[in-house]
Amino acid sequence: MGKPEPTSSGVPDDRQSTTAADSTGPYLRVTDLRVRFDTEDGVVRAVDGVSFGVERGRTLGIVGESGSGKSVTSLAVLGLHNAKRTTISGSICLGGRELVGLGEEQIRRLRGRDLAMIFQDPLSALHPYYTVGRQIAEAYRIHHPGASRRAARQRAVDMLDRVGIPQPAKRFDQYPHEFSGGMRQRAMIAMALVNDPALLIADEPTTALDVTVQAQILDLLADLQAEFHSAIILITHDLGVVGQVADDVLVMYGGRAVEHGTAEQVLRRPQHPYTWGLLSSVPTLHGPADADLVPIRGNPPSLIDLPAGCAFHPRCGYAARTGGRSTGEVPELRPTDEPGHLVACHLPAADRVRIRTEETAHVGVQS
Amino acid sequence: MTRFLVRRLLTAVLTLFAVSVLSFLMFFGLPRDPVSGMCPKNCNAERLERVREELGLRDPLVEQYANYMKGIVVGRDLGSSQGGRCDAPCLGYSYVNSEAVTDTLTRVLPVTLSIVIPAAILWLVLGVGLGMVSALRRGTVLDRLAIGFSLTGASLQLYFVGAVLLLIFTYNLRITPVPGYTPLFEDPVKWASGLVLAWFSLAFLFSAIYARLSRAQMLETLSEDFVRTARAKGLAKRKVYGRHALRAAITPVVTIAGLDVGSALGGTVITETTFGIQGLGRTAVDAVRAGDLPTIMATVLISAVFIVVANIVVDILYATIDPRVRLR
Repeated sequence: MGKPEPTSSGVPDDRQSTTAADSTGPYLRVTDLRVRFDTEDGVVRAVDGVSFGVERGRTLGIVGESGSGKSVTSLAVLGLHNAKRTTISGSICLGGRELVGLGEEQIRRLRGRDLAMIFQDPLSALHPYYTVGRQIAEAYRIHHPGASRRAARQRAVDMLDRVGIPQPAKRFDQYPHEFSGGMRQRAMIAMALVNDPALLIADEPTTALDVTVQAQILDLLADLQAEFHSAIILITHDLGVVGQVADDVLVMYGGRAVEHGTAEQVLRRPQHPYTWGLLSSVPTLHGPADADLVPIRGNPPSLIDLPAGCAFHPRCGYAARTGGRSTGEVPELRPTDEPGHLVACHLPAADRVRIRTEETAHVGVQS
Repeated sequence: MTRFLVRRLLTAVLTLFAVSVLSFLMFFGLPRDPVSGMCPKNCNAERLERVREELGLRDPLVEQYANYMKGIVVGRDLGSSQGGRCDAPCLGYSYVNSEAVTDTLTRVLPVTLSIVIPAAILWLVLGVGLGMVSALRRGTVLDRLAIGFSLTGASLQLYFVGAVLLLIFTYNLRITPVPGYTPLFEDPVKWASGLVLAWFSLAFLFSAIYARLSRAQMLETLSEDFVRTARAKGLAKRKVYGRHALRAAITPVVTIAGLDVGSALGGTVITETTFGIQGLGRTAVDAVRAGDLPTIMATVLISAVFIVVANIVVDILYATIDPRVRLR
């Protein structure tokens, strides 16, 4: 997905939208985002200084293990964190409007209209007691208070049809448990897109699905993106998925961005040892069939008590080559010699390129 | 749905049959003489013999049981000392009360209903409301107060709460009259004022349990993914809670409430005793004390009916709330 296409959604837009700033930079611009939770055990720095941007018609893949801060980032963009226990700083700029510090009511009006979200497990993300159609129609009527019940129903049926659900009028009146997993995720997508959001956040949209269905859902997202020209953030731990659909990739570790660049740069010429690790743990079709997968040793760090210096150093095979800097100094996200490719690593650039080409040449995902 | 109802009614009849057989065996089949307890004062040997005859105690147990069931279904003729013809549903004659058991029940049943139904409405509204509010205001003073309230309610006994309420409202402040039962259609104000203390003591204790239960349920529901979805759609919090969370959180509460109301209808012995109101519960206890077998039998049966009916109602409600439950 993500080949920039001319805007041809043709959908009547009666609202005061935030899409006006379309031409003046990325639709979503996140700058130095920090999200902290106050818990009884201490302060959790779930996201610590992350920046990225997504343009309309493009897809950003955010990759990382669980606890890397990728879902927290997306929930922060939607303003869904509990305001009492969460401190958010930095800037989230959506279509020219600053979301950080916006009141609940103002951000509520944007939610589901200008930015929408698809969740990982469509069975638990849909209300079990209401029909699928009713839930989609509800999403429509929230932002179209003037719409009649019948108009909302028609709109929901159209959306079900659009996401490839057969017999949409009949499916409208069925409950989530009467849908298959793939159909449920299609229904979730229909619900997220019912108000033509300019930004769609998909949090592990295919993780709970069959592999065969995964590809269909990804194709569907790509089609819809081409049609509605929306920006998509795809959150996943699956590098195969990222390689398939993302234009840009942000790799997160311990609440920080460790590598950022185009999909081509990050997946084909990765420069961060953590990205190498992620790529080595993905089965590949190109190497010998009996080649062992190489897992990243150790576990993701606790966000309350991050390792000093580079958060990845306890698991990094190359930490010793940094002359002690990796334990004492947090690496900054710095440009590499490729424009737009950023990496946060203490290893000298020449070493990184050499290690990648010599030791991890087999890794990489077809993109 | 119809198939479900028919099947449930059949199981209900079977359950009640089993209950009646078991209790009949227990009360009439044991090797003791039930008559000595039942016969009015100044019984001589001849009178006892006649009572045994009229109760049919000389017949085989199976025949006694058949007669008893026949009485419930079509009525039967009792001896002259038992008031002669006894129409269906005939539950026998009580020598202790000197009246047909059915008459006793028609008198005391409305009393128990008058205590339990308003109390149940009170405790559900109070308990669920309190639970929901404290879940939504988790960690605030309000939440702490609600938790304190449920702890207090859960640790107190009805006779204590009842006695304190009586002392304050009836004897000190003289706001409420001495508790008693007046039929609702005779004088609604007197009906309510005579029972209000009983309602509130029952409601206090039960709502404490329901507050805790519904708070826990609501907190669990609020962490569900579909609540997050509802918020991600841009639904206002009030609607997220009222429309999406409440319905899911209330389901288990409905189950427990149905069973609680069912068993309370079978008799609220302590409440009735504390407030000196003669309902089903006290009638049952009096019957046990006096060894009044026909009344004991009848109260056991009627409690069983309430429980069985409550179970069916809960099942139907459940299927109404949760579409995943299909009644087959």
